[in-house]
Amino acid sequence: MSAVSVTKKEPRNFNRAAFFQRYGVGLALILLIIFNLIFTPNFATAQTLAVNLTQVCTIVIVGVGMTLVIATGGIDLSVGSLMAIAGAFSPMFFTGQLIPVDNLYFGIALGIAFPVLIAGMFGLFNGWLVTKFSIQPIIATLVLFIAGRGIAQVSTNGDLQVFKVPEFQAIAIGRVLGVPFQVWIMLAIVIVAAFILHRTVFGRQVLAVGGNEAAARLSGIPVSRVKFLVYFISGLCSGVAGLIVIAMNSAADANLIGLGMELDAIAAVVVGGTLLSGGRATIIGTLLGALVIQLVRYTLLANGVPDPAALVVKAGLIVLAVWLQRQEQA
Amino acid sequence: MMKGFRISPSMAVVAVLIILTLLGAWRYDGFLGTYNVQTVLRYNSMFALVALGMCFVIMTGGIDLSVGSVAAFSSVVAAHLSGYGLFPGLIGGLAAGLFAGTLNALIITRLKIAPFIATLATMLAASGTALLLANNQSVSVSYDTYFTNLGQGDLLSFMRPEWVDAEDAGFFAGVIGFILSFPTPAFIALAAYIAGAIVINHTAFGRHVLAVGGGTEASRLMGLPVDRTIFLVYVISGGMAGMAGVILASQFGAGQPIEGVGWELFAIASVVVGGTLLTGGNGSIGGTLAGALLLGIIFTILNFENGMGWISLSAYWQSVVRGVFLFVVVVLQAKLANPAKAAA
Repeated sequence: MSAVSVTKKEPRNFNRAAFFQRYGVGLALILLIIFNLIFTPNFATAQTLAVNLTQVCTIVIVGVGMTLVIATGGIDLSVGSLMAIAGAFSPMFFTGQLIPVDNLYFGIALGIAFPVLIAGMFGLFNGWLVTKFSIQPIIATLVLFIAGRGIAQVSTNGDLQVFKVPEFQAIAIGRVLGVPFQVWIMLAIVIVAAFILHRTVFGRQVLAVGGNEAAARLSGIPVSRVKFLVYFISGLCSGVAGLIVIAMNSAADANLIGLGMELDAIAAVVVGGTLLSGGRATIIGTLLGALVIQLVRYTLLANGVPDPAALVVKAGLIVLAVWLQRQEQA
Repeated sequence: MMKGFRISPSMAVVAVLIILTLLGAWRYDGFLGTYNVQTVLRYNSMFALVALGMCFVIMTGGIDLSVGSVAAFSSVVAAHLSGYGLFPGLIGGLAAGLFAGTLNALIITRLKIAPFIATLATMLAASGTALLLANNQSVSVSYDTYFTNLGQGDLLSFMRPEWVDAEDAGFFAGVIGFILSFPTPAFIALAAYIAGAIVINHTAFGRHVLAVGGGTEASRLMGLPVDRTIFLVYVISGGMAGMAGVILASQFGAGQPIEGVGWELFAIASVVVGGTLLTGGNGSIGGTLAGALLLGIIFTILNFENGMGWISLSAYWQSVVRGVFLFVVVVLQAKLANPAKAAA
């Protein structure tokens, strides 16, 4: 009898863990929403939805890039600094400070395209350090974590750049179908990235590199190019997030844009169920992870718990999420 | 024999530090003056302490992201207790740091969670607790007790003989006076570094630390107390962060719940610049001290250089220069490190 129960028990145990692994975040999100619908006044309003979504927008956008980097077994600490670089350079373009541009829309186009590309270039620099010199990602990206914000501060002299360009700010606060435009940007990036990760050759290569780099190399996957690309993408995502931040604030402050973003993004990725050691990743999970973290914070705040206590809860949440991952692996 | 000889990275960083110091002394008035030396040492000894704890952790192949907010947390605790005297403040702050370190150690060794994530969580928790304890504002320390001496005082100033300050005092007297003017935090950091170097080089625990970093599985198979070693390094790191927090509160007259942002990465940079590989298994305590001082002195040199009037660089350049320094060091390390390791 015992033999039978053992053989039966093992797969079921595994399945339960796998189930939580796969749907745990979504489940947590649904439970949180139900809890709030019952206990939090004014929860089911468009206002609440908009507030919570705009809070997670930049985290999710950066988190998408971070998910891809982590999927290869890397990490990107420089995202916050790259946001600051993109955010600091952008106003110089659309206010005509750097190059005088007659056409406002052309200036805005430059102010969006160039800073994002610059951030992408710095991402390539990270990739270069990681692939060419085999420097551990955490150290390689630490270089730009330190220097990147400095570059942004030096180029603006640390000053606040205030601007009033509603046409540019539309990328964050303009509304389409009643939803802030930045949420659409976030959704578009999430969908494209999820498609790339799960449906393209490149996506498979990303996971293969993270799963077993040596094996990936032996099976002919261009490991270096894959790594280069994920850091590039992470840079681009950071650039977009930096622009959204300044558009929301209608000011660019190189000292503050994206400060601490690397940790928020990593937390979202981890809670979302992506393995930190690489090889398994989920973009949708990152979106849900960011939403869960935000909703927990919102729930606590709305029910009178002070913000610092919410930080402690967030810490517990991260440990719990990773511990559940461990249970499945064990 | 010649083939085996290699300039170790930590020797190189000590050399660079000495060269920069000499350059500064030659180029700028007052660079080695009492005031400047005191300021640099007083401020950077906090970072040096945090970097020392980080060095232990990194030598086991781990990482501790929580040090900055743990320092902030313990500065708040120390400030609250400073009214009861120097020792309650000191011990309270230290205990707060040790507590946070123990929490890290428990999460890592018992729940088997990766150090990066475990300490990230503790970072958030410590930061939240600090804000709660401080009620979201800085907590003034008591000036009725000797608590502020810890950060603001000069430990040996009471035994400073008059003759070292005489007009015609010789070089020797100058050196004595120079050393006697060191601030208290510098002596605390120095004592910690000497103790750290002895522990790593001359105790069984020190050898275990390096062995675990060199290969966790191999150490386990050899019967070394792997978990206990890992446990202890995080407690040490927490303790160092706690001590830094006590000095922070004492030096600035307030417990600062939002201070410490980015300290962890600064500490990691110091350790790496000091020649310790992030892969674990080797490391240099002295190199870490040199690394921390090197990163600290860059800011001073920038200030003095601005004072010369040739160039005018804002304080923001210091992050750029630090980043470039880190870049050069890691690239050199990668090139010097044996290829087998680089490929792994």
